[in-house]
Amino acid sequence: MLKEIFNKQTKWSVMRNLIFKEIDDLIIDSLGIVAFISFFIGGVVAIQTALNLTNPLIPQYLIGFATRQSVILEFAPTFISVIMAGKMGSYITSSIGTMRVTEQIDALEVMGVNSVNYLVFPKIIALLLYPFVIGISMFLGIFGGWMASAYGGFTTSEAFIEGAQMDFIPFHIAYAFIKTIIFAMLLATIPSFHGYYMKGGALEVGKASTVAFVWTSVCIILFNYILTQMLLGS
Amino acid sequence: MIEVKNIEKSFGENKILKGISTIFETGKTNLIIGQSGSGKTVLLKSLLGIHTPEAGQICFDGRVYSDLEDDEKRELRTEIGMVFQGSALFDSMTVAENVGFPLKMFTKDDKAKIAERVEFVLKRVNLIDAHKKLPSEISGGMQKRVAIARAIVNRPKYLFCDEPNSGLDPNTSILIDNLIKEITEEYEITTVINTHDMNSVMEIGDNILFLKDGLKEWQGNKEEIFYTDNEAVTAFVYSSNLFKKVREAHLKG
Ligand SMILES: Nc1ncnc2c1ncn2[C@@H]1O[C@H](COP(=O)(O)OP(=O)(O)O)[C@@H](O)[C@H]1O
Ligand SMILES: [Mg+2]
Repeated sequence: MLKEIFNKQTKWSVMRNLIFKEIDDLIIDSLGIVAFISFFIGGVVAIQTALNLTNPLIPQYLIGFATRQSVILEFAPTFISVIMAGKMGSYITSSIGTMRVTEQIDALEVMGVNSVNYLVFPKIIALLLYPFVIGISMFLGIFGGWMASAYGGFTTSEAFIEGAQMDFIPFHIAYAFIKTIIFAMLLATIPSFHGYYMKGGALEVGKASTVAFVWTSVCIILFNYILTQMLLGS
Repeated sequence: MIEVKNIEKSFGENKILKGISTIFETGKTNLIIGQSGSGKTVLLKSLLGIHTPEAGQICFDGRVYSDLEDDEKRELRTEIGMVFQGSALFDSMTVAENVGFPLKMFTKDDKAKIAERVEFVLKRVNLIDAHKKLPSEISGGMQKRVAIARAIVNRPKYLFCDEPNSGLDPNTSILIDNLIKEITEEYEITTVINTHDMNSVMEIGDNILFLKDGLKEWQGNKEEIFYTDNEAVTAFVYSSNLFKKVREAHLKG
């Protein structure tokens, strides 16, 4: 299947429209929910950190620092990707799966269209924009943490901002985005595969979506572990 | 003309086609009939290259499909139109976009030219005023017409139809059958139709292939099918009371 994705490209004028459509369905459509989750979870991370810092000797800026680290390293790239495995993944599996059971994929093949390229390639290209989604999530997560701490009275705005800028290691950003781009490829391919090779009818489309979600999240979690060991370990 | 020589197809242990040979003629409506589950769809999809037969040969006007390079196969497929059992229209596209799709993918025609051709074929299948509708917004009979329009838009040499009138009322079925026959004769197409509907057989059966247990049980035309003494065929043909009555009346003279 992987080879077929890049073989015998669909005409560019057609492919361009497909890519725009996927950007709309996969990326733009996800921004709302990602923004919502990031903002509030960022807030909760800050509050939880504050509530657990009962020792007066621990400086207040640690709240900002801890929020930034957890949001950038794990929450935005990994946690959001698992949620997207549900949202984008079920969309991808069910849309391709429905085309399979209603013979639309056969129709493409009969016409001489490379259906794998036609269906999967635009999703991969659209998901190259996925790091922007995660970037927004990082920003809003930290912003939510700052709002919750400053307005909830857990620390001062200055202390949070000081903490959020402290000991900044640029490689952590690189690490987060390397993970993100790999998760993006998992998000594009695993659900496509489950939709493309499914058999049966409407009920099986639902089942395939669930199975695809489970496999995509399992792969994301495993890759997260392996990449963290490789990039940050030793 | 499509020549089929001894094709065999199994799914796992389950042998569906056990060596079928026949010829489908140009400008004629060739019917594949048989009970549900007799392998009609599998045979059609094997002709189309959606299924790959384990043995045998399919020859499209001198071109042996399995001997072609991948490019040549895709080239040949642009000469094929297919009407699927459930129509298989692309549900994210309007009627006009569905019909224009093969042209957009495989020709260098500009928008105006495509629109003109789409207009022409939609008129040919007697569909007007549906261009901007989505497949989900039109009736099953109209979807079939759109599917036929999409199948013939790129001027195919071969037209395949899988149960073109399943799920349609008798009147619409006859209209669709006759539409396919007219188009076949008008454009000199080699048409192969799967059906289990005796009405279709009587309307348009130029050349009929009867499948049973993965083998060709009988072949003939719509006159011959009434007088055959092949038991499997008579059991199939006279399974409906209507046709039994017709036969009795006929025998009485
Ligand atoms: N993709 C497939 N995989 C496994 N078995 C199949 C497949 N397609 C069809 N079959 C089997 O082949 C037999 C014939 O099916 P089909 O050609 O659809 O019958 P029909 O004559 O009603 O069109 C059935 O028993 C069906 O279960
Ligand atoms: Mg069938």
